Amino acid sequence: MSPKTLYDKIWDAHLAHEAEDGTCLLYIDRHLVHEVTSPQAFEGLRMAGRTVRAPDKTIAVPDHNVPTTPDRVKGIENEESRIQVEALDRNARDFGIHYYPVNDIRQGIVHIVGPEQGWTLPGMTVVCGDSHTATHGAFGALAHGIGTSEVEHVLATQTLIQRKGKNMKVEITGKLRPGVTAKDITLSVIGETGTAGGTGYVIEYCGEAIRDLSMEGRMTVCNMAIEGGARAGLIAPDEKTFEYVKGRPHAPKGAQWEAALAWWKTLYSDDDAHWDKVVTLRGEDIAPVVTWGTSPEDVLPITASVPDPSDFKGGKVDAVRRALDYMGLKPGQKLSEVEIDTVFIGSCTNGRIEDLRAAAAILKGKRIKEGLRAMVVPGSGLVRAQAEEEGLADIFIEAGFEWRLAGCSMCLAMNPDQLSPGERCAATSNRNFEGRQGRGGRTHLMSPAMAAAAAVTGRLTDVREMM
Amino acid sequence: MEKFEKLSGIAAPLPLINIDTDMIIPKQFLKTIKRSGLGVNLFDEMRYDDDGREIPDFVLNKPQYRDAQILVAGDNFGCGSSREHAPWAIKDFGIRCIIAPSFADIFYNNCFKNGILPIALPQEQVDVLMKEAEKGANARIEVDLEAQTVSTSEGEVFRFEVDAFKKHCLLEGLDDIGLTLEKAAAIDAFEAQLAQARPWV
Ligand code: SF4
Repeated sequence: MSPKTLYDKIWDAHLAHEAEDGTCLLYIDRHLVHEVTSPQAFEGLRMAGRTVRAPDKTIAVPDHNVPTTPDRVKGIENEESRIQVEALDRNARDFGIHYYPVNDIRQGIVHIVGPEQGWTLPGMTVVCGDSHTATHGAFGALAHGIGTSEVEHVLATQTLIQRKGKNMKVEITGKLRPGVTAKDITLSVIGETGTAGGTGYVIEYCGEAIRDLSMEGRMTVCNMAIEGGARAGLIAPDEKTFEYVKGRPHAPKGAQWEAALAWWKTLYSDDDAHWDKVVTLRGEDIAPVVTWGTSPEDVLPITASVPDPSDFKGGKVDAVRRALDYMGLKPGQKLSEVEIDTVFIGSCTNGRIEDLRAAAAILKGKRIKEGLRAMVVPGSGLVRAQAEEEGLADIFIEAGFEWRLAGCSMCLAMNPDQLSPGERCAATSNRNFEGRQGRGGRTHLMSPAMAAAAAVTGRLTDVREMM
Repeated sequence: MEKFEKLSGIAAPLPLINIDTDMIIPKQFLKTIKRSGLGVNLFDEMRYDDDGREIPDFVLNKPQYRDAQILVAGDNFGCGSSREHAPWAIKDFGIRCIIAPSFADIFYNNCFKNGILPIALPQEQVDVLMKEAEKGANARIEVDLEAQTVSTSEGEVFRFEVDAFKKHCLLEGLDDIGLTLEKAAAIDAFEAQLAQARPWV
């Protein structure tokens, strides 16, 4: 048998049909659904008189639109948001799919809930009408975002029309230095490859620095594969993965666990597998980074200065000029001198327990800068409960942070959590696009520890100075 | 789905790279539960000022581009989220074809599901078409999907690549789901085998 990559193996195990022209039907093991990209898909099913083919493999949770203030138990005030969430309630009920309603403690960001509940397992195909579905790749699952038409297609057929992508290996060798996290890895990779560098590829992340990461850290890395243009990011499952999965509500048990484990252990790229593209970074070379522009590829070590448009080539020159204008930054300005107004800790990139621990470790016994707005939005109700139990919530509250309920919140600002024009935010989310966190809002992406450090000083800050 | 065969129309130039889905349709418009009506909010933050007035400089606000059916843009068009609201807004505005050096993956796919043809051409050819688009109503670009060509008003012709299956569906206006359901037997067989091989799924 010819050697295969992990992606090849998962692909082959899910190929339900291949047409002569190479168009494939890929069988989908898990379909995650949220309120924003699904209403039109369910509507389409109804209009065509179709049903959900595999309701047992379909899991829905509202996250994008839900308010995260404690008063949300009284209902959603914004009418459009409420209608969208109610539509999901109704669709989940009518089509008999698994559902975590807004006030269920298990509710949270879809990409945090899936792994937490054991829906996401190694070797699976996972899709969701959301580009950050790549997150689930941390388990060695082939997971990617789809559009609403494809959501409808998966609901109706449990398959997706696909052509196979190319294989790209991103290797992070050696050890990370203190203060450097999974977020710094994933941002640094995008800085290296650009936001289109992964287009057409499925990325497998490997190397010692990746192996050393916790499952939470691996999810952070895979989450941003899409920001590098890749359909999906993957990490081969290992003992850490199995340990994380074991005992979760929907993970296999008993004899099925043994059978699953035996198969999962075959899920790795063969030594002499073919790679269409290879990128290698030394773990030791990665620094704590922040973004300065309006694309996730606009990333630099915190010790650097804002670049000059003339440092770039082609269409990027104009893009950088536009970005600096939007961000209100001057070439040559030191990044560590950029003052911020807001701190947002949360999102499917960095809203897990480990992220909250890392931020709390910096904040312990400190106060946020006077006048700053700071919020922590746990990724799920269960993450929130655990953080409360571990005393992290108290650390955040005493430091001056707002302690919110679970949801996407200021990651995309569809709910009331938004930046105002010109407001500058240190954010642990994944996109710094123009207007992403609110019209005219300015976003700097970074790790939770870096965001916590910025909260204390009121400017972009090298977390290593506080360790 | 609406068929796409040939198109002859005015092309609007938007020479920016990394045009992301948040620019194409900002999130405040994703609260809809319908597919239609998003055209007025296409490129909302570039198109209107804080008081909701049109910004005259923005290309689609200029009189000669109000009826544009083609968009010519920079590298990595449509990056960002999977929101199909982006192609819905583009289509609702009246744009049926986007020409750029490259597209983000999910957006590219989403276009085909909505009767929009995304065309990737080498940078030099996009540069030529960008110049052409700058002529406004004085130039019409012609797109022929069957022949896989784009032609300028000067008669210059560029050939583009497109996946055969996607081309077929777009030419015929075919519904993917209907096509896949014709292969229900293969899916049934796969599921039966899956229940044996990986019963925990
Ligand atoms: S947290 Fe942000 S990136 Fe993640 S699913 Fe929600 S909106 Fe998307």
